[in-house]
Amino acid sequence: MAIIETSALTRDYRRRRGTLRALDALDLSVRAGEAIGYLGANGSGKSTTIKLLTGILTPTAGTVRTCGLDPVPARRRLARRIGVVFGQRSVLWWDLPLWDSFAILAAMHRLPEGVWRPRVAMLVEELALGEFLAQPVRELSLGQRMRGEIAAALVHAPELLVLDEPTIGLDVLSKNALREFLQRERNERGTTLFLTTHDLGDVQRLCERMVIIDHGRAAFDGTAADLARVTGAERVLVADLAEPVDSLDLPPGARLDAVEAAGHRVRLSFRPGEVSAAALFASVAGQARVDDLTLTEPAIEDLVARIYTRSAE
Amino acid sequence: MTNTEPSRLSRVRALWELAAASFRRQLRYRVAIVATMVTNVVFGLVRASLLLAAVAGAGGMIAGYDALQASTYVWLGQCLVGVIPMWASSELAQRIKAGDIAVDLLRPVPPAGGWLAAELGRAASALLVRVAPMLALGAITTGLAIPGHAGDWLLGLLSVALAVTLAFQGWLLVNLAALWVLEVRGYLNLYMIVMNLLCGLFVPVSWFPDWLYAITLATPFPSMFQAPINVVLGTGSPWLALGVQLAWVAGLGLATQVVLRRGLTRMVVQGG
Repeated sequence: MAIIETSALTRDYRRRRGTLRALDALDLSVRAGEAIGYLGANGSGKSTTIKLLTGILTPTAGTVRTCGLDPVPARRRLARRIGVVFGQRSVLWWDLPLWDSFAILAAMHRLPEGVWRPRVAMLVEELALGEFLAQPVRELSLGQRMRGEIAAALVHAPELLVLDEPTIGLDVLSKNALREFLQRERNERGTTLFLTTHDLGDVQRLCERMVIIDHGRAAFDGTAADLARVTGAERVLVADLAEPVDSLDLPPGARLDAVEAAGHRVRLSFRPGEVSAAALFASVAGQARVDDLTLTEPAIEDLVARIYTRSAE
Repeated sequence: MTNTEPSRLSRVRALWELAAASFRRQLRYRVAIVATMVTNVVFGLVRASLLLAAVAGAGGMIAGYDALQASTYVWLGQCLVGVIPMWASSELAQRIKAGDIAVDLLRPVPPAGGWLAAELGRAASALLVRVAPMLALGAITTGLAIPGHAGDWLLGLLSVALAVTLAFQGWLLVNLAALWVLEVRGYLNLYMIVMNLLCGLFVPVSWFPDWLYAITLATPFPSMFQAPINVVLGTGSPWLALGVQLAWVAGLGLATQVVLRRGLTRMVVQGG
């Protein structure tokens, strides 16, 4: 069953000069239980899509059904069945203890005590909120607050969780903890995840399907492996070495791009489908002592450019 | 997933939780409470001395107010300043401008109902901390002519709740202009000047010159501040005052619903 179904979904914004087409005839079908990564650069139409799916924006043309409902007229009914997390906005009560937000939201969703208390207890446990439940939200760190936001969106056990850039500004550890939690929530409850981001890392770890949107159009819809195949996108590993090297023996699929800092730094490109980051690191570490390393994912803008170059050929 | 329509009782519980949350929020800021109380005291003393001087200058009586009633009017008013929203707040307009209104719209509670519940909760906390100190101060400094009947106080409380609702509706309407125009601060300030003058904050509305009094009675403003004071003071029929308040609440309630619906439709249809 499709939990999200759009057909030729189009949205224009009126501007002082002419109109801006933010979303252009999007056809999208998401099955219940799927985890979909919705990727795009800033201004590509991600937020517009979320607003259309949740009923706070009317389509200019085309249709949209979320949980089988027409979102704008059924907005409040839909609100009981979906959870929305905005990375840049808060649904929590700023000056009250975090716990209070859960109790208020439970009342708003009209959940009986016997339903929401165990649910919140589970969320508190899973997201490790226990130690700051009694603290006012304004005193929480960004990572703590985001965990609270996600718990708040899940109090009413929604069928669909929409996450709008949920990991923006988070450190790597917090990001990983969030991703692991979302994975568990999905496995255990079959919650559908709709994740918008411009961080490819989020999507690769959480979603088996990605849609890349550009200028209001779906430029790509498929798996991570499809994406790597279509774009030939390469990841980049930069290693700082204790002793200088001139060259390295690399496994197939990896390439030495540059030797910098008088031989103390090497820049390596590799194709995710052919060699893993771990294997490449092991190979480098076998030839030189590695002090530090960074791994860079291909930027969404580059992927989009590659998708277009590819389809133009 | 069941989609049975939840009961009316659980709807009330949601609004009650919102009001209670807002009540608790306010009481967390102890220093701010002390600061507003100090301001309230100073403002009350200034107002009392001005009004008492005016009453004395007029030969001991103005429009049915003697010295004791005038000072009671001042101290009852001081109980309500800060309970009834008197100063321009653009909080909602800013939520609209910043797009945070999306959060309100994605909650399963009607937005205006949720905002009003929060406002009533805030007002209740403000009333709780003000009434005893202001009346005590009034009794000590100028003396008070207040009712002994619990029933009069109950009617007064009801009138305060209606006044808060009405004042909130007024501010909501001005704030909702943000759905059409970018900057609402000018409208808010203009509204504040008119509202503060005509609601009876500075002098009782019955002291106004006849022409201004006639205009004032045709506006909802006296029902926002003067009415609850009159109900407690026993000036005029309390039932008439409550009836007028109720009529204005219904009228402005309807107006806010229409404006909100049109504004949200516009936002939802045009975006931004």
